[in-house]
Amino acid sequence: MSEDISRRRMLKAAGATLGAAAFARAVAPLAQFTESTNMEEFLTQHYRELGPEDKTRLIARLEEDTLRKYGAEVTIRDFLPQENVQFGYALNLSVCIGCRRCADACHQENNHDRRTNQSYIRVLEMEQGSMDMERGTMHYDHAVPAEGKFYMPVQCQQCENPPCTHVCPVEATWQESDGIVVVDYNWCIGCRYCEAACPYHARRFNWSAPEIPAEEINPDQGLLSNRIRPQGVVEKCTFCLHRTRDGRLPACLEACPTGARVFGNMLDPDSEIRWVLANKRVFVLKEELGTRPRFYYFFDT
Amino acid sequence: MGSTGAGIIVAKRHFVNARRCSLVLLPLLLVLACRGGEPEARPDGEPAAARHATTITTPRVLEGLPVGPPDVTGRPTVAPCGTCHEAGEARALPADAAGIGGPHVGLELHHGAIECASCHAADDRSALHLASGATIPMTDALRLCAQCHGPQYRDYRHGAHGGMRGYWDLSRGPRERNHCVACHDPHAPAFGQFEPVSGPRDRFTVDAEPHGAPHE
Ligand code: HEC
Ligand code: HEC
Ligand code: HEC
Ligand code: HEC
Repeated sequence: MSEDISRRRMLKAAGATLGAAAFARAVAPLAQFTESTNMEEFLTQHYRELGPEDKTRLIARLEEDTLRKYGAEVTIRDFLPQENVQFGYALNLSVCIGCRRCADACHQENNHDRRTNQSYIRVLEMEQGSMDMERGTMHYDHAVPAEGKFYMPVQCQQCENPPCTHVCPVEATWQESDGIVVVDYNWCIGCRYCEAACPYHARRFNWSAPEIPAEEINPDQGLLSNRIRPQGVVEKCTFCLHRTRDGRLPACLEACPTGARVFGNMLDPDSEIRWVLANKRVFVLKEELGTRPRFYYFFDT
Repeated sequence: MGSTGAGIIVAKRHFVNARRCSLVLLPLLLVLACRGGEPEARPDGEPAAARHATTITTPRVLEGLPVGPPDVTGRPTVAPCGTCHEAGEARALPADAAGIGGPHVGLELHHGAIECASCHAADDRSALHLASGATIPMTDALRLCAQCHGPQYRDYRHGAHGGMRGYWDLSRGPRERNHCVACHDPHAPAFGQFEPVSGPRDRFTVDAEPHGAPHE
């Protein structure tokens, strides 16, 4: 693995073939990124090569950074996947009313940029009878549910066969043993290939550093999840791993006023998610692509 | 801001407290159901750690009639039904909601074709009754809903209706469930319409979003 993970080598090679000016443009986000960060951060090793002491040092530095840049005291922890846990998520489309409270909870929980009201969840308003998410719209602004419509929140599907991780040239994004696809924000070069590769439009690019007032920052942070992302990197839903790897439910589920969301351990035969898979006719989005999502949808019938 | 945990009040009837402003409910916790019994084996074969409880939050309306604004603890003041109605009240239940008097003026019933007497006990305004005729306290209303709504109650028991907060992993922490009546007014149980919270304002998401035929 360590052989393949060589951001610096990749950048060097790119620089050699592209010429200096073209290279500078190609990595413009990265250039901005390096301007605004110190060399030490730039030279941080890949997450999976960090020893316990490196992690402690990295975390201490990130916490300091947050205090300095945002004026907020936060606690960043490295939550590891649990043994014998594979997460699954299901959503009842008969019950969802499209109120966007899940997207809003995600916005708060995951320290998203306030100006853009960013969120890992997009709620699509769909024509009844159509199941094509590409025909849905997220720009609606009227009382919900509207006559003749249904609503489909879409977030990272944590695919078993994720197209996004395969295209990353520097292995800055990968799938962990509990099924969650994560991004190493210190390693990502911001090329956005993953964003283009995701059939569910689930990845977001940080065009600028998130702006969040200190008092609104969620201080309970995960190294691979909701800690404040730097400019120029890609981010995505992690099923709130800083909560779920601690046994808690994701923020979007707790916020749902309709009870449309079901979450749990697919390896536990007594779990709620397993009951749904066994007793409801569930389906996944764009099944034909072979991505094998761990996010299921169903209707009550 | 901390967690979006128990502080978030999800109940539908809290959404609408502007409409029925007497219903500024804060949930009162009542332990109704636990996943008790023998500790279950975990998938890895390890003996299960002690399992935490699942509690159902009982809406304050089941304790009495909201009569005032929330007190300092945030809980609305309620007058138990028995304050004004004695148990054993001989008066028959009305056939419909038309003309209901006292503090209940304006109550409407839009719930299938059922009647007041399908739910309320005939001679005790503080009580409900099951199809068997057995009288149950208001606070047990869930059993009443369950008997006519088997499929939803089954889904609810399996966590697939009605939502939850807390821990998916009960070996690590407790869980809280919503009462049916927190989301469905027993007299007009349809969930209703709400204003959505605002969507993303990111100019880039306009391009990045799935391209859709405009819906008009
Ligand atoms: C503040 C006093 C008060 C409280 C508290 C109160 N009621 Fe009433 N209730 C009345 C009055 C007055 C009437 C109207 C009697 C009439 O129309 O002649 C009434 C009527 C009713 C009726 C219609 C049948 C009848 O007896 O006329 C029902 C059913 C009822 N109440 C149920 C309840 C329930 C259930 C509660 C508790 C959640 C409750 N009430 C709490 C005062 C009260
Ligand atoms: C589906 C069962 C059901 C039916 C049918 C029903 N009720 Fe109720 N009623 C309840 C429950 C449960 C409560 C407890 C308080 C709450 O949730 O509002 C209640 C509370 C009340 C209250 C006091 C609180 C309030 O909401 O004002 C009155 C008055 C009342 N009912 C009158 C009636 C009358 C009159 C009818 C017939 C027109 C009727 N109810 C039909 C279940 C029912
Ligand atoms: C005596 C039987 C009975 C009881 C008790 C009862 N219901 Fe119903 N409920 C019905 C019937 C009948 C309908 C209408 C079904 C239909 O139209 O298909 C209905 C409809 C509903 C609906 C759908 C409403 C809509 O307009 O879409 C909800 C939600 C509901 N009930 C919730 C409850 C809750 C919550 C309780 C407990 C407070 C409850 N019911 C108690 C018989 C009952
Ligand atoms: C977290 C809120 C919530 C809770 C708690 C909840 N429901 Fe629902 N329920 C909904 C929503 C949302 C719908 C779908 C919208 C609608 O049909 O009005 C629904 C639909 C229903 C329906 C109508 C189904 C249909 O196909 O028309 C019934 C009946 C029902 N619920 C019964 C119950 C019962 C019984 C309980 C308690 C065991 C319960 N609900 C608890 C939110 C809730």
